[in-house]
Amino acid sequence: MGISIELEVNGASVSKEVEPRLLLAHLLREELGLTGTKIGCDTSQCGSCTILLDGQAVKSCTVLAVQADGSEITTIEGLANGEYHPVQQAFWDNHGLQCGFCTPGMIISCVDLLSTNPQPSEDEIRHGLEGNLCRCTGYHNIVRAVQDAAETMNG
Amino acid sequence: MYPSKFDYHRPSSVQEAVQILSDNPDAKVLAGGHSLIPVMKLRLAAPAALVDIGRIDALQGISRSNGSLRIGACVTYNEIANSADVQAAAPLLAEAAGQIGDRQVRYRGTIGGNLSHADPASDLPAAALALGATLHVTGTGGSRSVSASDFFVDLMMTALQPDEILTEVEIPATAAGTGSAYVKFEHPASGYALCGAAALVSRGDGGSCTGASLCFNGVSSTAVSASGVASGLVGSDLSDDAIVSAVSGLSIPDATGDMFASAGYRQELAKSIGIQALLTARDRA
Repeated sequence: MGISIELEVNGASVSKEVEPRLLLAHLLREELGLTGTKIGCDTSQCGSCTILLDGQAVKSCTVLAVQADGSEITTIEGLANGEYHPVQQAFWDNHGLQCGFCTPGMIISCVDLLSTNPQPSEDEIRHGLEGNLCRCTGYHNIVRAVQDAAETMNG
Repeated sequence: MYPSKFDYHRPSSVQEAVQILSDNPDAKVLAGGHSLIPVMKLRLAAPAALVDIGRIDALQGISRSNGSLRIGACVTYNEIANSADVQAAAPLLAEAAGQIGDRQVRYRGTIGGNLSHADPASDLPAAALALGATLHVTGTGGSRSVSASDFFVDLMMTALQPDEILTEVEIPATAAGTGSAYVKFEHPASGYALCGAAALVSRGDGGSCTGASLCFNGVSSTAVSASGVASGLVGSDLSDDAIVSAVSGLSIPDATGDMFASAGYRQELAKSIGIQALLTARDRA
């Protein structure tokens, strides 16, 4: 039984007929080709699949595509607007990554964190990113990147 | 990982939702999905149909009136943790909700889903029990109210009938002079509570204890109230010694032992975390 859904993904309207069991992460990666969103643990722990759903960071491996019907979605591919988003630039400048697998989810979570707390302390950054795991353990530079992005975004 | 196939229903009212549940005995209710979807992906659950209640307006919103707080079943942990009304009227619930999972999970998980799922290692059941919450439920036969103390029946079993949905959680506002705290010792990987303690402590004008409540998550198959500790504290001066002494005899019936912690370890954790929660609640009273 297919269900018709309509979404706005990275600013573009998308209409799809989907199986109810299709996960949002699979819709993005396999149906829309947006493979920047990663699937890591597939058990809602690692945060690699984090995307913005109506502006909130959520784990797209634990959301059904049908639940997102009518929503606005932003993936890592939709952040840059001619130039890198300040959080992307800060990750680049501070080498906030090692292998890079967690990076799309990490950056999306940072965008969400800074939208609710524009000047987080180091403690708040570490706490705010507890839903994203970096198996390279590159957390120090990730924290530096968030601090740098906060500074840039606060002008 | 994909769940098994299922039919998907998205009712727009509670009445419609309970009718679908009644017509489909193998259906499950989907709210935030952060407990249900993982177990469906692991094929530990394979319901024939999901009833998505996430868009029912009547299940949204937080309101305060006549000394009580009413929270719609589909209100998320994030909304609860950050709500000025909850922070003012039931700070214990806001504190517990803010400790669930992580930021992403808190945007999706709901109070109704949490309590209905009745995972003993989750954080809200003990808070609901300690606060004396009343749970409003609706089925095809009408609506009824169940106290939190009657709601949690056994491991992941509640008083909800198959065609009933939890619609609203009503919580008496925490009185002035009452302090509260939720303290948990969490499993470092999952964040679930090996032991979580929800405490309320009331002080009279003279400083002595006029009321207390201490409830635990994670220790046995349901959230439990340590009523003996609470009654032992009433009338005491709430000194550190009085609190330690009240907790010293704590023994929770049928404590759980599993791969993470033995039953004996959980009993000891309950004492230690219980003392911390009571001390913090006292200091806030």
